[in-house]
Amino acid sequence: MTTLQAKQVSKSGAIHGGAGHNAADDGFSDLHPAYSTLQAMAESNRCLYCYDAPCVTACPTSIDIPTFIRKISTGNPDGAAKTILSANIMGGTCARACPTEVLCEQACVRNVAEDTAVEIGSLQRFAVDHLMARDLPHPFKRAPETGKSIAVVGAGPAGLSCAHRAAMLGHNVTVFEAKAKPGGLNEYGLAAYKMTNDFAQREVEFLLGIGGIRIEYGKALGKDISIDALKDSYDAVFVGVGLGSTNNLGLKGEEFPGVDDAISFIEKLRQTEPKSDMPVGNNVIVIGGGNTAIDAAVQAKRLGADEVTLVYRRGAENMSATEFEQDLAKTNGVVVRYWAKPVAIKANGKLLGMEFEKTELDASGKLVGTGETFEVRADQILKAIGQKIKTDDLAGMEIAGGKIVVDENYQTTAPGVFAGGDCIKSGEDLTVQSVEDGKQAAIAIDAFLKSA
Amino acid sequence: MADLSCKIAGIDSLNPFWLASAPPTDKKYNVVRAFEAGWGGVVWKTLGIDPPVINVSSRYGAHHDQNRRLLGINNIELISDRPLAVNLQEIRECRAEYPDHVIIGSMMAPIEERAWKDLAQQIAESGVHGIELNLGCPHGMCERGMGSAIGQVPEMVEQVTRWVKESVDIPVFTKLTPNITNILWSAEAAYKGGADAVSLINTVNSIISVDIDQMVPEPMVDGKGTHGGYCGSAVKPIALNMVAEIARSPETKNLHISGIGGITTWKDAVEFMALGSNAVQVCTAAMIYGFRVVDDLIDGMSQWMDDKGYTSVEQFTRAAVPQVADWNELNMNFDTKAVINPDNCIECGRCHIACEDTSHQAITMTAKPEGGRLFEVVDEECVGCNLCYHICPVPDCITMEPVKTDKPPMTWPEHPLNPMRMAAE
Repeated sequence: MTTLQAKQVSKSGAIHGGAGHNAADDGFSDLHPAYSTLQAMAESNRCLYCYDAPCVTACPTSIDIPTFIRKISTGNPDGAAKTILSANIMGGTCARACPTEVLCEQACVRNVAEDTAVEIGSLQRFAVDHLMARDLPHPFKRAPETGKSIAVVGAGPAGLSCAHRAAMLGHNVTVFEAKAKPGGLNEYGLAAYKMTNDFAQREVEFLLGIGGIRIEYGKALGKDISIDALKDSYDAVFVGVGLGSTNNLGLKGEEFPGVDDAISFIEKLRQTEPKSDMPVGNNVIVIGGGNTAIDAAVQAKRLGADEVTLVYRRGAENMSATEFEQDLAKTNGVVVRYWAKPVAIKANGKLLGMEFEKTELDASGKLVGTGETFEVRADQILKAIGQKIKTDDLAGMEIAGGKIVVDENYQTTAPGVFAGGDCIKSGEDLTVQSVEDGKQAAIAIDAFLKSA
Repeated sequence: MADLSCKIAGIDSLNPFWLASAPPTDKKYNVVRAFEAGWGGVVWKTLGIDPPVINVSSRYGAHHDQNRRLLGINNIELISDRPLAVNLQEIRECRAEYPDHVIIGSMMAPIEERAWKDLAQQIAESGVHGIELNLGCPHGMCERGMGSAIGQVPEMVEQVTRWVKESVDIPVFTKLTPNITNILWSAEAAYKGGADAVSLINTVNSIISVDIDQMVPEPMVDGKGTHGGYCGSAVKPIALNMVAEIARSPETKNLHISGIGGITTWKDAVEFMALGSNAVQVCTAAMIYGFRVVDDLIDGMSQWMDDKGYTSVEQFTRAAVPQVADWNELNMNFDTKAVINPDNCIECGRCHIACEDTSHQAITMTAKPEGGRLFEVVDEECVGCNLCYHICPVPDCITMEPVKTDKPPMTWPEHPLNPMRMAAE
């Protein structure tokens, strides 16, 4: 049994660092508080309304950013939201969770001479929140019913994006979701401070407002449904199952209580209410260098862990977590140790810690251990060393490099079966890329159905 | 620090910055604060014949940019709504307490000789340095036959100016309305009537905005709106042209000019003076930011004068007037072209789309091999219109470079393609 305890999280924020923007931060409130109208006005007026703007090119969903920002500046935030959502139906989540600092905001021309991009993410959130807060009809209309039906496997960003676009194009969509709630990683995989106020669920509800989409929960691929059966019952199938399995360290004691996947830790936290009931260790080790590692480390610290040590086997520049995320960890008091790899889990009836070996690059550029070791004590270890595809239930589809193989139309090697999101190799494993995959796959499915 | 003292219509002023006749100069309290802040003079808010007018509630409308900066205000306030005796007493007190500062009394009356002369004499007796005739107010007072109702009729402008000149022995400023077809007609009338100076422009007649929820023009007075007087930086170009026209016209060039119209910065003031103003008046900038704006007006002009080597304001007053020409005097053989400095370019693409959509398709956009976009001017297509130069958000990224030519200057009247010239041959 785990010995982890829920911490008394002080309202004064005494247990965590200074990254929270407001003084009453309980550790789970918004990382970036929503813009006021005044902030939106000031920031939207910083946008130069570029032509053929670099930010649009940098957005995987090609949102017409200058147009939506201009609409905010002219007092038309709902029009701005429609511009965003027409390209990215999950613009609300992307506004919160996108690493904008390496996407649209990195491309902003305001960086060139002033070194300060327009805060596109915050403006996007302002517009989408404004629209969603109003009791308006769904902003998009469905094309006349085609009579075709599409099965979507997975109610994550890719599946829901595909479902929405397919419904818009006049098809009827049934979404099969293994879990009890829709949203995928938006609901289960992002830090709580990125998705406050049950936003993932509110966004799905909004998205379903288009009509023509039905979601069946508790339907897991390989258990309750199969690709072959769906192929028989539907005119086309879209697979957006994400990466259902995680990588292991390959160390003895990995099954020991207190050793867990970071993604499971985040999932549990996201489903715990109140969040302060979530148990956390006193000394937590997080292993990995991606955004999930940062989410877990920061969240553990904010939950009240005394010490959180993030260990990564290479240097800061090699981390897939963005610079902003790395800074967030440091300002939250997370100790980051680079160039070390785990070699042993230390336990004596209960979890004691971990032994690491220092690493370096050899002459050929290969990562090798130096032989020098050190120990970090821990009563909780969170692994964030990557996810991998669950291949068992994807029979009939070619898999390569751990991803489902698709052609330029998102069609797998199984005819009539399409795929998108983290389970294919499109871009980075980001919500925004999954939304784009789903949207483009729906357009490809529409063409496929029309030509059939 | 350069000497900013100046003389207009025979009146010496500590500096060329006066507050215009308007709400900021309505009473002693404001005027004292203005003098303490550094203003060289004030034109007291327009005085009329008792009983005082009654003003409505809700008086100003606004023209904002999208960042809520005020580009212009319009107002429907009338002249001073306090008894004449109270105003004159406060003027006397201010004159006594601030003997080095200029106070001009602004006045307005119905178009009757006795009314103008009596009021002018009463104001003069309060010790003002001069009198300004408000012949420009475009709202309210004009409906009672005053303000712009007089200023729009040159004969009346001349008549009223003459009446006041006959009744007092201090300088008279005739304040002109821009709500006319030709400013020279009113300026000439003022000159003929004996004005020592003209003050311009008064506010521009306007409806500034409409409340589209209530479908009422703003400012709203119980569900209705009316046209009002527009002022602020948005009217500066209208005022500059009218000032320049008077300064360069042979009939009016001897008139002193008190320049008014959207002056917000020291540079605005320099421009007004370069085009013919002997001093300037400011209102809206003070209404937006407070009297403290005079600090930068003084400091900025002084710094600029030091940089340029000017030791008195007279040295640059009217300095740009000789260069103001009719279009027909422009050199048709002059050619200038846009040059984009790629080192300063931030690749926003605004020059390209502006030229492509609305001008001469003279700026190309191509992908750079190393990434990003390159913007280049096609000299053969560039007509030197300046549009790209103006819309570029980066200072000094686009410059306009004159093209060397061997062709002698040639005006349109001399041009071989001018049909009028060909017809004459």
